[in-house]
Parts: sequence; structure tokens; C-alpha cells
Amino acid sequence: MIAVEALRVTFGGVTAVDDVSFTVARGEAFGLVGESGSGKSTVLRVLSGLLRSWSGRVTIDGEVQRPVRPRSFARVAQMVFQDPYGSLHPRHTVDATLAEPALVQGLDRIDQRVAQALADVGLDGAVRFRYPHQLSGGQRQRVAIARALILEPSLLLLDEPTSALDVSVQAEVLNLLAGLRQSRGLTMVLVSHNLAVVAHMCERLAVMRDGAIVEHLSAADLRAGRAAHPCTRALLGVGTGDGAHRRHGLREHT
Amino acid sequence: MSLHAYLTSTSPASRRQARLGALYRAWRVLRRNPLAMVGLIVVAALVLIAAIGPALVGSPTAQDLVGRLRPPSPDHWLGTDTLGRDILARVVHGTRITLLTVALVAVVVAPVGLAVGTVAGYFGGVVDGVLSRLTDVFLAFPRLILALALVAALGPGIENAVLAIALTAWPAYARVARAETLAIRDSDFIAAARLAGASAPRILWRQVMPLCLSSVIVRLSLDMAGIILTAAGLGFLGLGAQPPAPEWGAMVAAGRRVLLDQWWVATMPGIAIFVVSLGFNLLGDGLRDVLDPKAR
Amino acid sequence: MSPLLAPSPLLVIDDLRVTFPTDAGPVEAVRGLSLTMGRERLGIVGESGSGKSMTGRAVMGLVPVPGRVTARRLVFDGIDLTAPGSVARLRGRRMTMVMQDPRYALNPVMTIGSQILEACHIAGLSGRAARERALAMLTAAGLGEPERVFAAYPHQVSGGMGQRAMIAMMLAPGPDLLIADEPTSALDATVQRQVMAVLDGLVRERGMGLILISHDLDLVAEFCDRVLILYAGRVVEECRPGELARARHPYTRGLLAARPRLDRTQALLPVLRRDPAWLHEESPP
Repeated sequence: MIAVEALRVTFGGVTAVDDVSFTVARGEAFGLVGESGSGKSTVLRVLSGLLRSWSGRVTIDGEVQRPVRPRSFARVAQMVFQDPYGSLHPRHTVDATLAEPALVQGLDRIDQRVAQALADVGLDGAVRFRYPHQLSGGQRQRVAIARALILEPSLLLLDEPTSALDVSVQAEVLNLLAGLRQSRGLTMVLVSHNLAVVAHMCERLAVMRDGAIVEHLSAADLRAGRAAHPCTRALLGVGTGDGAHRRHGLREHT
Repeated sequence: MSLHAYLTSTSPASRRQARLGALYRAWRVLRRNPLAMVGLIVVAALVLIAAIGPALVGSPTAQDLVGRLRPPSPDHWLGTDTLGRDILARVVHGTRITLLTVALVAVVVAPVGLAVGTVAGYFGGVVDGVLSRLTDVFLAFPRLILALALVAALGPGIENAVLAIALTAWPAYARVARAETLAIRDSDFIAAARLAGASAPRILWRQVMPLCLSSVIVRLSLDMAGIILTAAGLGFLGLGAQPPAPEWGAMVAAGRRVLLDQWWVATMPGIAIFVVSLGFNLLGDGLRDVLDPKAR
Repeated sequence: MSPLLAPSPLLVIDDLRVTFPTDAGPVEAVRGLSLTMGRERLGIVGESGSGKSMTGRAVMGLVPVPGRVTARRLVFDGIDLTAPGSVARLRGRRMTMVMQDPRYALNPVMTIGSQILEACHIAGLSGRAARERALAMLTAAGLGEPERVFAAYPHQVSGGMGQRAMIAMMLAPGPDLLIADEPTSALDATVQRQVMAVLDGLVRERGMGLILISHDLDLVAEFCDRVLILYAGRVVEECRPGELARARHPYTRGLLAARPRLDRTQALLPVLRRDPAWLHEESPP
């Protein structure tokens, strides 16, 4: 579904992404992990077409992608953003937010599509004509997912989709994403700093640091403690005695 | 279901209900501000007087040279002017001119300023450079002087006064709209619209402009006073509405010569200018509280 | 009861309520919260809207208008905090607070050093003594080049360094109680632990009281002696960090279960079902 070769992004002389290559199979969920500034979100913005100055070779859905994407690319890939408060237009109702992509793409039966999209993400029809400020963070993120799905893309790009949410709401949103992936055969790229979230959602992951991928791992490798790179181990909290103590304390209950 | 329940419902059943509900919430914020309500009442009264007032008072141009310069009395509530015309009738008829001026300027200035500002802010780069420098050039002229020069070139008259004011007023709106656009240009909902395949004009129209509109409306209502004063100033200098049209600024100018002995001739239209300007200012301050997205 | 509560408690809160008037009537952010703490590290955990931040702000007298704070008792080391002016005299001297994001909590147009000096002045230090204290605190907060950070503006340092500076500033007056509201939420995961370790070390060394307010159960369990779980403005459960596994309240258990785990695979995460009855039940003794 995705093949990235020798991707390089520079912002005014600073290299943000340096020689990054990876592939994602159709229907697979792939995780990109790293601290802030590691370049993981930049990679996602290249894939989505939001970022237009990069070099390298990006193939999505069998087609080599150029920096500027055609309008039809919106039907292939969509994105869900981190901040549910900034990703919805404050003056648009949920209805207007969901109808907009369908209108842009000239789809028919927009009313039904909006209703269906709301149902698909587990939102009650009562929220349809509410404004974002009348919704909770979890509901907003569901609206953002519904907006991404209304064009029925085959690839979903997720940029820290749950890091702004409470842990109980995070569980609901992750379950929703897992369910949608299964029912629609979606391919997903998930960017996160949280290894547990990535291991839960993805089969494979890459750990990034300073713009480069330092380690490719499977989720099983990660669970089995086969992470080799110090950066991955730092993210796991293995490096510090406190972290080890903590994981111990929390493993007691199951 | 009561109207209140319909408007405050947290689960509106239609687009119309959602929109009316949002308006109703804004109205309730505005109603809590007594000064804004005073402003609203003044502006509403202005509109009402402009609509039905002229039918209730006499002709604004009927001269009575015998009864000239009469002080306020039961026959002439606000007195008569140098040509014996009823000042009340002239002030009431003058509301139409004032309102027309204000409305025409608003209709020209807001869309132009909004378009220039959002385009400059959204595209940035060369487009922004050119449009912003153009804005700067217009901002560098003193408003009244530029208006004077224009009217002098185009000839006096209410239409040219409107044109002159509009030409000098739009850059401020472009600035406001550009600043707002810069603040939201990189937000995620704009990125989402781009990912949906929306064209730049569509994003400007659907996403950017609704968010800039509130600042522009606030700015406009605060600017109304200035527009009225500029129009009155042009009228005072004889470059706005031409006699015998009952324009307030021109009326003040006409009363100037008799200001010491017959104070009411200049004072009555002056009070009208003052009250209406103040009304727009108070309303603008109230609207700022209602419409400012950051204040929510 | 906890032996740490021994002779005279540092802070006693009894039936704290924080109320905000809205169009739809008053809304209670904190609904009858009670706690007693000594010179210990107390964790307050809850999700957004649980009232955890408002509790911290109420103690510091920093509830934003038009919020109203009432309590049967709100006593800091024998001083009644509800008496007018008493909080203002203690704040910045014997009670200080570290906020979530150093980028907003530090004044962008003042150097970090001058902001710490100001904190020292409030605490009664001046001149050379204040400067020495400020540099000593920066060093204690684990900043390798205290002179450089002292002279820097907030935007010139990283988030982790900014938060360390913030901690240095809040500990400079030598307070008896530090309230840390989400002190590391704006930081990267690996930096989080380092900053928490610094905070933890300083608090232990000085034998002061710490209230750590966070949404992160793991973090609180790692660094606190006692953990209070807040739900809808009330304490629903009190735990020892090692005993979280034996938490009884379904809300606590739900929170623990909802986290994705590295040590096992699950197709779906258990979802927390909120029981309306939780809103009305009595707090644990």
C-alpha cells in the first residue's frame, strides 16, 4: 500500500527527516514512534500531501506520488489529527464538518452519508447539529474520524489520535479504530510517542530519532523485550531504575 | 416545546435550529451588557426613525423666511434654521442620509477588506507582500485628507463622499482579516479541508472567512462612528451632501455663523451626530464580547 | 488511617466545594472533597472534569472568577485558609505551585534568573543571598549550566529545562507544601521521568509536602506515597501505589484496565462504564 524510499525533508537548512525508508502492506497497521522533534509527524505530513517540499520516492496505492496531489487523492488517504479542539472548525456544526468533504468531492446522497458516518463512529444522531464547543473531547475525536471516513479512503493516517484524550476515552477511540480497520480493511499509519498504544494497534513499528529511523520492530518483538536500540529502550522506560520499579508495581495486578 | 427550550436545546434537530440557537446564545451574552443594549437601542431607533420618521414630520426643505431662527417651541420642537426650515424635520430626514452613507461604506469596505486580507494571509509570500504593501500605502494617508482630495477631484456629493470614505477605510479591515487568517492558517481544520481536496478559494470562503467575519463586524461597528464623523466632516466642509439635502454635518456648518445667538441651529444636528456615533461605539464594544471566539 | 498523618497535619481539607454559576444553574467542579496530609507525597488522579486541578487551585486561592470556594475546614499548618488574606500571605512563601506548561507559566520577556530572584525576594531574600539561592536551586534542579539558564529567556531553553527552572523557582522560597499540577504533561516521555525524579529528590530532601495532580496513574503511582482517585469532584478511592492492583472501586479498576499494555495482547480494550450511582455514593473513610 505504501512504499517510502530515501525520504528527505529539510526546513531552511535543518534536516527534519533524513533518508527514511519503509513499506506498509495493504490492510496492515504500521506505527511510527519517537519523541517530539524526531520527525515522525513530518513523515505523516509527507504521506498525506500536506507537506510539499521533500525529496525521495513515495508510492501509495500503487502510484508514485508527487508533492502536489490531485483532488482524487482525498479518496485514497485521510488523516486524523492530535488535537480534537483544533481540528474541527469552531463555527461549523458537526453536520457541516462532515458534509464538507463529500461536497468537495461531489458525492451524492450527502444527507445519508453524514448520518451513516455518525453511526459508524458510534455517535448519536442528536449531536449532528451541535457545534464543537458543545462536544466532549472524545466526541470531537469521533467526529474527526467520521470526517476522515466519509470519503471511504483505504488509508488512514493517524497523528497521535489519542494523546490529548483521557485514558478511558482513549480506550474507546482505539477500540473504534481497531473495529473500523477490521470492518473496512483499512491500512493505517499511526504516529505516537506511546509505545503501548502503538503495540496495541500495530503489527510493525519503526522508532525514529533526529529524523532517522533507528529501529524496525514487530509488536511481538517489542512485547518480548527484543528492542535493541537505546532510544527504544528509553521510550520503554527500561533505562531508569524508577521505570523498572514502576512497571513492576503495575504488573502486580491483572 | 417552548421557544426558549427550542433555542437552548443541546441536541438541535436541524441546521436552522442549530443556527438560531447559536444566535440566541449570542443575544443572551449581549443582553447581559447594559451599555451594549443602550447602543443597540440607539441604532435600532435610528433605523426606525429613518424608516417611518419622514412621514411624521414636515418637509425638510420648506422655507419660512418670516419664522427663521426661532428657538425651540411647541411648533418647532428643535427650532428653525437660517432659512426658517424646521430643524426637527431636517434631523429626522437626515437619518436616511446618515444610514445610507454608513450602509454603502459598510457594503463596500467589509467585502474588499475581507477579501484582500484573507487572500494575503492565506497565500503568504509574494501575494502577501504585494497586497500588504498596497494596504500600507493606503493606511499611510490621513483619512480625511485623502477623502478631501478625492472629493475635490471627483466633485462634491454624497456618492463621492461614500466612495472617498470607503477608499480610505478598507485597509484597516484588510489588516484585521490578515491577522486573523495568519492565526488560523496552519490549524488542523484547514489542513483537513485541504486533505479533503478543497480548492484554495473554497477554503477561504468556507473555512477562513467565517472566522474573520466576526472581527470585521466588530471593527465595522466601532468604525461606524468614525464613518459618520468623516461624512459629517465632509458635509461641514461643503464636500458631502449638497444643499438643500438635510445632511447633519452640513447643518452644523450652516449653524456655525449663528452659533452664539442661535445655538440650537448647530447644536441639534450635532447632538444627533454625537448620539448615533456613541450608539454605534457602545454596540461595537458589546459585539466584541459576543463575537470574539477567544472569549468563549 | 495512615501513620503519615501523625501529630499535626500539614493540610486539612474538609468538605471542599468549588461552584461555578452558569446559565443552567450552578455547576460544582469539586463536590465535598476531604483529605488530610502530612509532609508526604500525595497523588491526586482523575480524568478531565474530575475537579483535580480546581482542588489544587482552591488550596492556593487561585480559583478563577466567578468560581466560589466553600469548605467546612481548609487549614494549612494550623492557619485557616478561608480567612481573608491568609492565602495571599502564604502563597509564594510557604505554599507554591508548579503549572503544566513552562512556556505559559514563565514570563516570556523576563530572564529565568530574574523570575527566580523575584520568588526569592517574596520569600525575604535579597541581593547576593538571593542570587546564590537561585543558582543553587537551578543546580539542584539538575541544570548543568545554572549560569546560562539564569541569564536565558524562557524561549531559549527546552521544555524540560524550562520545567526544571520552574521547579527551582517554586522551591527557592523553601515552601512547606508544593502543589504540582500536571508538571510533566507537556514534556516528552523520557524527559518526564527525569523531571519527576528531580522534583521527587528535592521534595524528599527537604521533607516537605507534595501534592502531585495528574491524569497519569502510572506517574503518580511511581512518585507518591498515597494516591487519591477523584471522580466528578469527589474522592472515590484512596490507595497505596503498590496496592493499585487491589483497588476496589469500579472506576479505579476501569481506569487501570483501559490502558493499552505492553505485557499482553488484547483485541479490544476494556471500556470504562460510568455508573451514575458513583455520583452519589459516600467517599471512603
